[in-house]
Amino acid sequence: MLKDITLGQYFPGTTLIHRLDPRAKMVLLFAFITALLMANHPLTYGFVLLYLTVTVSVSRIKLSSLFRGLRPMLFIIVFTAVLNIFYTPGEPLVTFWVFKITAEGIERAAFMALRLIMLISATFLLTYTTSPLALSDALARLLSPLGKIRVPVHEFAMMMTIAMRFIPTIIEETDKIMNAQKARGADFETGNLFRRAKALIPLLVPLFVSAFRRADELAVAMECRCYHGGKGRTRMNQPHMAARDVWALTTSVALFAGVTVLGRLGWFLP
Amino acid sequence: MDEIIRFEHVSYSYPTEVAAADKDGAASGSSEDRSVTPAPALNGVSLAVRRGETVALLGHNGSGKSTLVKMLNGMLTPDTGTVTVCGMDTGGDPLKIRQQVGLVFQNPDNQIVATVVDEDVAFALENLGVPPAEIRERVDAALRDVGMSEYKSHAPHRLSGGQKQRVAIAGVLAMNPTVLALDEPTAMLDPKGRVEVMETVRRLNAEKGVTVVMVTHHMNEAALFDRVVVMDKGAVALDGSPREVFRRAEELQALGLTVPQTVALAQALGLDAAPLTEEECADAIYHAYKGEPHC
Repeated sequence: MLKDITLGQYFPGTTLIHRLDPRAKMVLLFAFITALLMANHPLTYGFVLLYLTVTVSVSRIKLSSLFRGLRPMLFIIVFTAVLNIFYTPGEPLVTFWVFKITAEGIERAAFMALRLIMLISATFLLTYTTSPLALSDALARLLSPLGKIRVPVHEFAMMMTIAMRFIPTIIEETDKIMNAQKARGADFETGNLFRRAKALIPLLVPLFVSAFRRADELAVAMECRCYHGGKGRTRMNQPHMAARDVWALTTSVALFAGVTVLGRLGWFLP
Repeated sequence: MDEIIRFEHVSYSYPTEVAAADKDGAASGSSEDRSVTPAPALNGVSLAVRRGETVALLGHNGSGKSTLVKMLNGMLTPDTGTVTVCGMDTGGDPLKIRQQVGLVFQNPDNQIVATVVDEDVAFALENLGVPPAEIRERVDAALRDVGMSEYKSHAPHRLSGGQKQRVAIAGVLAMNPTVLALDEPTAMLDPKGRVEVMETVRRLNAEKGVTVVMVTHHMNEAALFDRVVVMDKGAVALDGSPREVFRRAEELQALGLTVPQTVALAQALGLDAAPLTEEECADAIYHAYKGEPHC
């Protein structure tokens, strides 16, 4: 039952977007978000939206899965839009009681909602097309310069790797303990919230004890294999940016920069 | 014959009672009995192992065999006495000693670090700062040596117990160790997994000349080694070839151990023999009833 839980939502695939270097994808996402937040002209929005549409269609991620990711954010999107509708100063279109709706407000609300939707969709596109392992590895590599200013990047990456390595193991164990406790009459499924939370104690205590024992044994095993922190460590898999990564990065960033600058300077046709 | 491991009058006590209770690493119920008596884990052990030898360490829980294994690569260092491995004192540079002695533990799940098999095997080499291309080569070689090449891009949690343990062996083998030390590597495995691990260990010894020290509870496994060392109360109680040691069934029983089934059968029939394989056992019985001595 618990085995079906996966970390994040990764849809494996072999499209161009899937195969791009995860670091390139992260930088692209960052560039995309920057362009999106700097956008102040309908044409800039149009370009960013076009870019996102093309990427999504290349990645073959279904729109329905993208919208599913948006659902939890719906409240924030609507809330922001509503606030913008009522609180943007301008020529009132409709006025009732203390509220007034302005044309500027509607325009701004629409752009705001679009901006949020695109922001979330783009982020989900990254997690949908990149395995969690590749993501954490890429993040660690991108952040590795921070190691120079004593940010524990290596430790963070190691923690992520070990966490991901042990999630399936511990889920399996949870299943076992649950069955063992059920066999002794434990009831995890009935009663009110408080009762159910209380029923979890006989599950959590053995699970934590075992997790600590595992941690202890793993630490010894790591030491036996010459682990001594990140100092002087090499990596077997050296990712290299393929031509397509460089190409995707440079063209996209150039396009984003160009469109943003043009939009900001108002050089588009009126 | 050159000695690869030498223990000289080694004694060791765990610093606290809590640690003493855990010294065998085994999740057995007898831990309470052990912590009550703060006896030293090792008490004046002297032992020498030759290059290429295979040694089985036997002993009931708390006899000090796991402590002895942890001494091999300097995870523990003696209170008194010295442990020398490949001419190095184990109190020296830990990285050098741990490269010489690969240590594998009981629970394969708790010694695999990475989410992909080959990355886990690479772990030790990455720690040692080996150049990436060389890591790749040595990882592939180590996986080949344990017969796990085809699983190199699998996730460890999808493997069987025996396969996981072979990955763990490959993980230390990648360091090209002189000694392979295993602390009850078969204790948590099913019969099939036990055979896989034993075959791997014996093959590594035969083909690569790796010296093997292995703690086991299975007498039938111990019978396959060159030498059997029985520990009791932190000291060496019996030491010799499996045939010599298993012949002393009564002493073994007094130490809380049994003998392999083949030996038990021969002795139950009143034969003065210690057959180690079924073949030998059948022969011994045959010859006994024909009136010819054997073994």
